[in-house]
Amino acid sequence: MEKKRFVPRSFLIEVLVLAGIFTLVQYLIVSGLLNEYYQINLSAMCINIILAVSLNLINGFTGQLSLGHAGFMAVGAYAAVVVTTIYSQSFILGLLAACLAAGLAGLIIGVPTLRLKGDYLAIATLGFGEIIRVILQNIDFIGGPAGILGIPRYSTWPWLFGLTIFTIVIIANLINSSYGRAIISVREDEVASELMGINTTNYKVLAFVIGALFAGLAGALYAHYFYIIKPSTFNFLKSFDILVIVVLGGLGSTTGAVIAAIFVTMLTAALQTFPAIRMVLYAVILVVVMVYRPQGLMGNKEWGRRTFGRIWGEKNEPLANK
Amino acid sequence: MLEFLQQLINGLSLGAIYALIALGYTMVYGIIMLINFAHGDIMMVGAYVGFFSIAVLGSNIFAALIFAMLSCAALGVLIEKIAYKPLRNSSRIAALITAIGVSLFLEYFTLFLLTPQQRVFPEAAFPLHKYQIGGLLVSNKDIFIFVLAVILMIALQYIIKRTRTGKAMRAVSLDREAAILMGISVDRTISITFAIGSSLAAAAGVMIGIYYNTINPLMGIIPGLKAFVAAVLGGIGIIPGAMVGGFLMGILETMVSGYGSTLYRDAVAFGVLILILLVKPTGLFGKDTGEKV
Amino acid sequence: MRVSRKLVLLVLMLFALGVLAGCSSKQEGGDKAGGDKAAVETIPVGINVELSGDLASYGSNSRNGMVLAIEEINQAGGVLGKELKAIERDCQSKPDEAMNNSAALVGEKVIAQLGPLTSGAVAGSTPVMMQNKTPLIAPAATAENVTVEEKTGKTLDYIFRVCYLDADQAKRMAEFALNDLKVKNAVIFGSTSDDYAKGLAKYFEEAFIAGGGEIVAKEGYVNGDKDFKATLTKLRSKNPEFIYVPGYYTEVALLIKQARDLDIKVPIGGGDGWDSPDMVKVAGVEALNNTYFANHYSVEDPSPTISSFVKAYEAKYKKLPDSFAALGYDSAKILAQAINDAGEADPAKVAQALAQIKDFPGITGTMSINEKHNPVKKIVVIEYKDGKLVSR
Repeated sequence: MEKKRFVPRSFLIEVLVLAGIFTLVQYLIVSGLLNEYYQINLSAMCINIILAVSLNLINGFTGQLSLGHAGFMAVGAYAAVVVTTIYSQSFILGLLAACLAAGLAGLIIGVPTLRLKGDYLAIATLGFGEIIRVILQNIDFIGGPAGILGIPRYSTWPWLFGLTIFTIVIIANLINSSYGRAIISVREDEVASELMGINTTNYKVLAFVIGALFAGLAGALYAHYFYIIKPSTFNFLKSFDILVIVVLGGLGSTTGAVIAAIFVTMLTAALQTFPAIRMVLYAVILVVVMVYRPQGLMGNKEWGRRTFGRIWGEKNEPLANK
Repeated sequence: MLEFLQQLINGLSLGAIYALIALGYTMVYGIIMLINFAHGDIMMVGAYVGFFSIAVLGSNIFAALIFAMLSCAALGVLIEKIAYKPLRNSSRIAALITAIGVSLFLEYFTLFLLTPQQRVFPEAAFPLHKYQIGGLLVSNKDIFIFVLAVILMIALQYIIKRTRTGKAMRAVSLDREAAILMGISVDRTISITFAIGSSLAAAAGVMIGIYYNTINPLMGIIPGLKAFVAAVLGGIGIIPGAMVGGFLMGILETMVSGYGSTLYRDAVAFGVLILILLVKPTGLFGKDTGEKV
Repeated sequence: MRVSRKLVLLVLMLFALGVLAGCSSKQEGGDKAGGDKAAVETIPVGINVELSGDLASYGSNSRNGMVLAIEEINQAGGVLGKELKAIERDCQSKPDEAMNNSAALVGEKVIAQLGPLTSGAVAGSTPVMMQNKTPLIAPAATAENVTVEEKTGKTLDYIFRVCYLDADQAKRMAEFALNDLKVKNAVIFGSTSDDYAKGLAKYFEEAFIAGGGEIVAKEGYVNGDKDFKATLTKLRSKNPEFIYVPGYYTEVALLIKQARDLDIKVPIGGGDGWDSPDMVKVAGVEALNNTYFANHYSVEDPSPTISSFVKAYEAKYKKLPDSFAALGYDSAKILAQAINDAGEADPAKVAQALAQIKDFPGITGTMSINEKHNPVKKIVVIEYKDGKLVSR
């Protein structure tokens, strides 16, 4: 075991690297060297990372198969837009409203459905996601199927980058805390962890609510980047997209979720040059990756858990794999 | 009352189609615990095979039906061999993602090959006749779909309950390890399950073609999802459950459209599903197996 | 295990070969049509339409129209002595993808972007086009706020369209029903999952009531539905004199067929989303009698411009063009005219020229662009009579 220092060197280095990336991109944007196309894909990357990391908390670490993530994203997006665009409040209030609304939706949906197991939970969450979409589609106040246009672009690079790091730090620390160990024990063996005195339902709901909350955050960032939201953007296929990222990265690996989010965003962008067979290639790549690497790119290994998991998590060695 | 009966007839035809698709879902799930999201797209392929054999080869409706069922049986077996078998011992979620991949592949390869344009089933292949029975309108298509679905279900029930293959399927579904020890070829049994499930989906696809006249490469997504819901409603992996779930789903949707509002139809369908699951977490026919510790 | 993985690889390789072969042969075809002089200077034109997703069939038809127009322009010597070169992107009818594609296209220095079809996807593209001062021509986005700023009502300098607005065509149909068909009440049964149909329903209701009619019921369906019998059975008991069905032909054809199957014989009307050769094929000649829709043009119009377009389209794609194809064709042709008018291939100048277009002879009517960047043109009402399209 290394000697305990107040601020370990690796932590400093990684913070510096992140700050470097941030400054570099910010410089490139301000100086106009990074064109719009790359900016959009960078932003999409950040949003995908938040979505994947938060879904990974539910699906990967808690082991509860949720197929309704796009629904929470929708709740967050709409809540934020109602605050910023319809009531003309500040972006921060919008973000808070998004987290609050999506977290609340997670609680309302999580409490009854998390009693279900496996595929029954999957279909129930999928159902709730679709119900959210249908409801949004039928409220004329928020534009019905046409959605809301003319949303101001508040999601600038500092916001996107900052909140992405914020999400990763919070979730990585949560997993590395005693809560996290309880959550993982639910995944590994529900009965055994119950016998150990862990209230499994509470921990499942906790993970679900936090996952939903960050999905809402991603939704808010999405809405304030792409100017327009409409219910059909958040259908069950969107949930599948997020799930694909999570599984591709490796269930239960935050690093994997981040890498896969970056990879998938770049892949989709690259495939755009073959518009006719784009989706066919995407499907083939998906099947091939799964057949040859069913545990995902990272399995459940992590990089740099020290840094992110350090801030308030207990300073123990990374959890043994599995 | 008359209107209610009319709606019931509408619901039964729709339900018969859902039930046939749901059966395939449930059979595959029962045997390898996989939600085969590509199932709805196999139905789409079946519809296209049926369409081409009628429109190009000029075969009659029954030949087209059998041809579609055979081709899709082969397709189902092939998909299982290529995409699902290598993952049999991996996590179930990896298999699920593969299924999504296969589903996207079938949709968009068909779209690429045959353009996104919808195709129109030739009306002459199955001319419509309407019958007025005491104020109720019933068409020969309604009757055809309902009867065909019931025949196929009875045949399926017979295969599963009375034949050696069916016995093997039940054995593999119950305990794969034990089935191997008893000398059952698991690979073969799984292939047969995929073949049967896919051919039922193909039959449903041709029925949709006949009943609604149009087919397109993305037609499998929504009925596939609805049928999946139906299968879960009845208790996934349980064959009578899928039949009841399918019919229930069809009737429910029709009634919501007829007496409520179409706008909330999908929401109500999912809402009822969730309510049923909350009361009975393993579906209507599901057995609560308890937990093995 | 090992065997099956090899099998996977084999199948994939075969498949990849097939796709590559398909692609390369397609590209060859495209090159031939585009002329084999590689030395000719080109002006890139962005095509950003729905090639996958729910609206793929409309998007690909529109794309076909655009590509056909560009080929014809190039065969006639191009614009300003240069050839137009289409760069295609698939926006999947998602606003975010549309925006992403626009950014990529602007990066390729396109002179203008054609598409997307839906108003929502156009709204996604709009900010990028505005920032980069590159015109966007929407072939079929009919929502009111496509070409004007949402809050201020100011016209967006670089956004144009070649189709009429929802409000206008719904009003035309309402007046037609009241004055020509002489009905007094109507029901509305349209799609509720897209803004296009919802807009039509709203405007039709307003215009119909303003004209002295009565709306006795409003119902909706969801795109992708195939079964309308439940709601139709319900509507039948209301005894309406007219049914207004705003939506796309994929659903409308089935809906009309099922309505006639249920012995609902009253006239049925709708909008331009109906226009497709598939209507007759799906619904049948008989069922379509006594149905009317507002449209951009009639495919059976004998005028030489239209019939030569229809012939060329049929020769290239082996099917009849629908409204989306015609509008896509017009959007590319009007762009060529604007580039010629501008005198140089500069996006901002082309936008100015687009705003000045007068009496452009399009397939979908002779149009002039007004101060809100909407085309001013006639709306035709078409009646299905024994499978034939009759202009009213």
